[in-house]
Amino acid sequence: MRDFQTSGGLLRALHPATLTRWLVSGPPTAFMLLFFLAPSLIMVLASFRFPGAFGGLAPLIGAGRAGEDTGLTLENYQFFFSDWLYAEIFVKSLVVALVSTLTCLVMAYPLALLIARSPKRHRDLMVLLVILPFASNFLIRVYALMILLGPQQALASAVNGLLALFGVAPVNLLFSTFAVIVGMVYVHLPFMVLPLYTNLEKHDPSLLDAAQDLGANGWQRFWRVTFPLSLPGIFSGSALVFIPVLGMFAIPDLLGGTRDILIGNLIKDQFLGTRDWPFGSMLSIMLTLVVLGLAGFAARLGRRDRNEET
Amino acid sequence: MRRSPLLWAVALAVYAFLYIPLVVVVLYSFNDSRLNAEWVGFTLHWYRVLLNDGEMLEAGANSLLIAFVSATFATLLGTMSGIAMHRFKLRALPLLVITPVAMPEILLGVSLLIFFVQVLNFTLGLFSVLIAHITFCVGFVAIVVRARLAGMDESIFEASRDLGASPWQTFRLITFPLILPGVIAGALMAFTLSIDDFVITFFTAGVGVHTLPLQIYSMIKIAVTPEVNAVSTLLMTLTLGMIIVASRFAPDALKGAA
Repeated sequence: MRDFQTSGGLLRALHPATLTRWLVSGPPTAFMLLFFLAPSLIMVLASFRFPGAFGGLAPLIGAGRAGEDTGLTLENYQFFFSDWLYAEIFVKSLVVALVSTLTCLVMAYPLALLIARSPKRHRDLMVLLVILPFASNFLIRVYALMILLGPQQALASAVNGLLALFGVAPVNLLFSTFAVIVGMVYVHLPFMVLPLYTNLEKHDPSLLDAAQDLGANGWQRFWRVTFPLSLPGIFSGSALVFIPVLGMFAIPDLLGGTRDILIGNLIKDQFLGTRDWPFGSMLSIMLTLVVLGLAGFAARLGRRDRNEET
Repeated sequence: MRRSPLLWAVALAVYAFLYIPLVVVVLYSFNDSRLNAEWVGFTLHWYRVLLNDGEMLEAGANSLLIAFVSATFATLLGTMSGIAMHRFKLRALPLLVITPVAMPEILLGVSLLIFFVQVLNFTLGLFSVLIAHITFCVGFVAIVVRARLAGMDESIFEASRDLGASPWQTFRLITFPLILPGVIAGALMAFTLSIDDFVITFFTAGVGVHTLPLQIYSMIKIAVTPEVNAVSTLLMTLTLGMIIVASRFAPDALKGAA
C-alpha cells in the first residue's frame, strides 16, 4: 500500500506539467536562493557577530584563532544606539533624501504635465529627451556637475558676485550639502518624471472642462482635479527617488564635503575602510529596515488612495 | 494652467538643467587646456591620451565582456522567471527575483562581498562580478518578460493546444516568437545595467578586475583631467548610438526600458 503511494507521488512528479514547472522555475529559484537569499541571511547573522582578528568577520564555521570571539552578540546594535553620532547620520540621510525627493517633485511635475498635455505626436520625443541623459553613466553625470559647480566656473562667480553685493563671504558650491542634493536630483530626476507622466497622460481632459463649466479657475482646477488624481504617480515616483538616494554613497563621496557623510558612506567605510564587517552588516540591516518601513508606508498610502478612487 | 507660459518656462529650465552639464563635458573634451576652467582652443589631444591609456582600454574591454556574459545569463534566467511567474502561481520566485531590483544597490553589494569572501572563500575578481551582475539583472528581465506575457491573449495558446500542438511546440512556435521583443528588450536592459553598474561592482571586484565605471570613479576621485571628458564623450556617443539602433530594430525595447 505504501509502495503504491510513493510510486503515485513519483508518477505525479514525472508528469509533464509538473516537470515543466520545475524545469522553468527551478534554475532561477535556485540561483536567487544561493546568490540573493543566502547572502542576505548571512548578513543578518554577521550583524550579531564579532569582527575577525585581521578585520572582516570572525570565521563563521569552526573555532577561530586564539583570542577570537566566535559567539553571537548584540554589541553592534547596542553600540549603534549608545552613540548619537550614528542616529544623526541616519536622520541626515533621511533629510537629504526627503529634500531631494521634494525638489525632484517640484521640477518634474510641471515637465510631466506639459508632456502629458502636448499633442500626441510630440510626446514620445519629449519623454525621450528626459531619458537620454539618463543613458549616460551616472558617474559621468556627477562628474559633469563637479565641473559646473567648480570654483572657477561662471556659476560660482555669479553666485559669489551676488553674495558680495550683500556683504556675504564667498561660498564654495562644490563639496557641500547643496552640491550633494543637486547631484541626487540630477541623477534621479527621470525616475520622478516617468511615473508622473504615465499617470497624468491617462487623465480625462473632459474632467477639466467640467470643472471649468462649474466655474473653477486654473488653480482650482489643478488643485481640486489634476493634483488629487496624480497622487499614485507622485507616490511611485517618490519611492523611486527616495530609496536609491538613501543608500547612495558615490554622490556624497564626490560632491560632498568631509561632513556630508550619509548612511551609504558609513556602510562603505565599514566594509572597505575600517573593515568592521559586523558593524557594517548591522548598519545595512538598519538601512533595510528603514527601506522596508518606507515601502510598507508607501504601499498603504497607495492602497488608501485606490480605495478612495473606487 | 493647461499649457501656460509658466509651465513651458519651468519645463524648458528643467531640460536645460538636464543637458547643460553634459554639453559642458563634451565641449571641454576638445579644449586645449589642462584645466576645466575656460575655453582655450580646439584640440584632439585628450582623445589621443585616452587611446594610449592601456589601463582605461583594458577596463573598457572588461566592462564589455562582463556586460555580454552577465546579460546572456540574466536573460536566460530572467526569461524563465518571467514565464514561470506568469504561468504558475508562485509565491517565492517573485519575491526572490524582484526584491533586489527595489533595494538600494549597496545592500546587495555588501551582502555578496561577505558571502564571497567569508563563506565561499573566493578571491574577488571577474567571476564574483559576473555572479553579482547576473543577480541584480535577472529581476529587470523578468519584469519585462512578464509584462509582455500579461498583455497577451490567452486564447492563442488554447487554440494551439486544441490544434494538437505539444507544450514544447506551443512554446517554440507561439509563445517564444510572441515574447521575443520582451526578451530582446530585457537583454538590452541587462547589458546597459551591467556596463553602467558602479556600486555593486565596487564591492565585488576587489583588486582583481577593473571596469570602466571603477576606472572613471578613481580618476575623478583623485584628479580631474580632461581625459575623463574625452572618455565620457565617447561613452555618451556609444550609448546614443545603441539607443538609435535599438529604436530601429526593437521599438518596444525603448518602451520596456522606460
